[in-house]
Amino acid sequence: MTDSSALIPVNLITGFLGSGKTTLLQRLLREPALSDTAVLINEFGEVGLDHHLLERIDETMVLLQSGCLCCTIRGELSSAIKDLHSKREQGRIPFFRRLVVESTGLADPFPILSTVHADPVLKHHFRLGNVIATVDAVNGETQLALQKENAKQVAVADRLFITKTDLTEEAAVEMLISRIRQLNPSAPLWRTPREPLDAEGLLSHDVFELAGKSETAQRWFAAEIKGRWQLGRQNRPAQDLDGAGGDGGQGNDFSCHSGSIHAFSLVFDAPLDWTVFGIWLTMLLNRHGARILRVKGILNVADSPAPVAIHGVQHLVHPPVHMVQWPDEDRRSRIVFIVDGLEHTIIEQSMSTFLRAQKQSWTEKYDALGV
Amino acid sequence: MCALCGVLGNADHWTDAIARPGVFSRQSDAAERRRERMRRVQCANRVLKFYGLKLSDWQGSAFLLSTATGKTEIVDHLAHLWIKAEKLTGRLCDPLDPALIAQLEAAHD
Repeated sequence: MTDSSALIPVNLITGFLGSGKTTLLQRLLREPALSDTAVLINEFGEVGLDHHLLERIDETMVLLQSGCLCCTIRGELSSAIKDLHSKREQGRIPFFRRLVVESTGLADPFPILSTVHADPVLKHHFRLGNVIATVDAVNGETQLALQKENAKQVAVADRLFITKTDLTEEAAVEMLISRIRQLNPSAPLWRTPREPLDAEGLLSHDVFELAGKSETAQRWFAAEIKGRWQLGRQNRPAQDLDGAGGDGGQGNDFSCHSGSIHAFSLVFDAPLDWTVFGIWLTMLLNRHGARILRVKGILNVADSPAPVAIHGVQHLVHPPVHMVQWPDEDRRSRIVFIVDGLEHTIIEQSMSTFLRAQKQSWTEKYDALGV
Repeated sequence: MCALCGVLGNADHWTDAIARPGVFSRQSDAAERRRERMRRVQCANRVLKFYGLKLSDWQGSAFLLSTATGKTEIVDHLAHLWIKAEKLTGRLCDPLDPALIAQLEAAHD
């Protein structure tokens, strides 16, 4: 298995048409820390990238004829990334340590993420980094209401970047943020041009840094799950995701009533049975993966002294991360779901029932053995 | 190889993550791996009973999923389990199905 620290991070910049993806990319590429970054744009870009790498990819997509949705691979994207890597290894282009993919404004981010995650060649050289979504402060609210793809882009994002805030009223920006928080309650959010560009915050502290036992990344992740943003001036407070607790997995709902995409959290007091959780989540994603835009959480797994972080986008789930330690005194498991058209109550009831049924089964088994 | 796609090297699944620093896994040694497989079979069968299916371990390297009439599929890992179960039964295996939830609740009441 390739050491994940040796893999090249791939960041996806997504966002609706005209929302400022290319402008953000231009600003990022001026940062010295990103001087060794390759860029793929799937519309022929106009960015002046003299010392950077620019490749064009088309919109073709290959869905392998299997029904295995985790293997949805965009053939052109896969070929373009492989070609870049090959040129890098041959010394035909400057050595790059990061790849940024800018998608078209209408693209569903999932197939792009799935390509990097599941392509049998790419996954040994590249890894997924943060997904950054740009939202236009002037037109964002209308686009989110009318364009489902735009709402999905925001929902799956790890980082949110509101653009053009100087072109509209503060009250309108606040209203837009409130709308965005219904779709994605916890991702760190920046406003531009009012706030300085935080390239490290946008690109770092991702799920692979969690696995690398980066305490900073683990603090960011824990704060994201809890929905409290106190780590940086630029990070706006998200709605508090603290649930009511209890064995029944009670949590909070952040329903978006103008659309079907909404977020909620489940909270479990008792340690979770990892095997049952794996069976339940796999079954859920098999049937409803396309509608589960994000699932992420910190779990108190039975027999594990340290918490386990899980992180998934639709059918794609990252390897579970064994965190170094609990971020605070709270030992409850917390799972945040961002779903499209699924009911909070039925998901909570289903997971609770699976867990209770197995707990009862183990108890009966141990009683029979006289343990 | 991914049994469904035919893509080489595509068999890893998050529930079978290879043990390495920073990754939570129950694959750290052979005994732990076998124990987890046994637990997985037992847990899955509680659910599969609803669909008239039964899962068993096959040589510690795969699973066998069978109907009551003996029709059998080989399952590599959990991601494929539910796809194969739906193929064998012609039914959707949905954890949000109220009838399934009711049966699981009845079983532990």
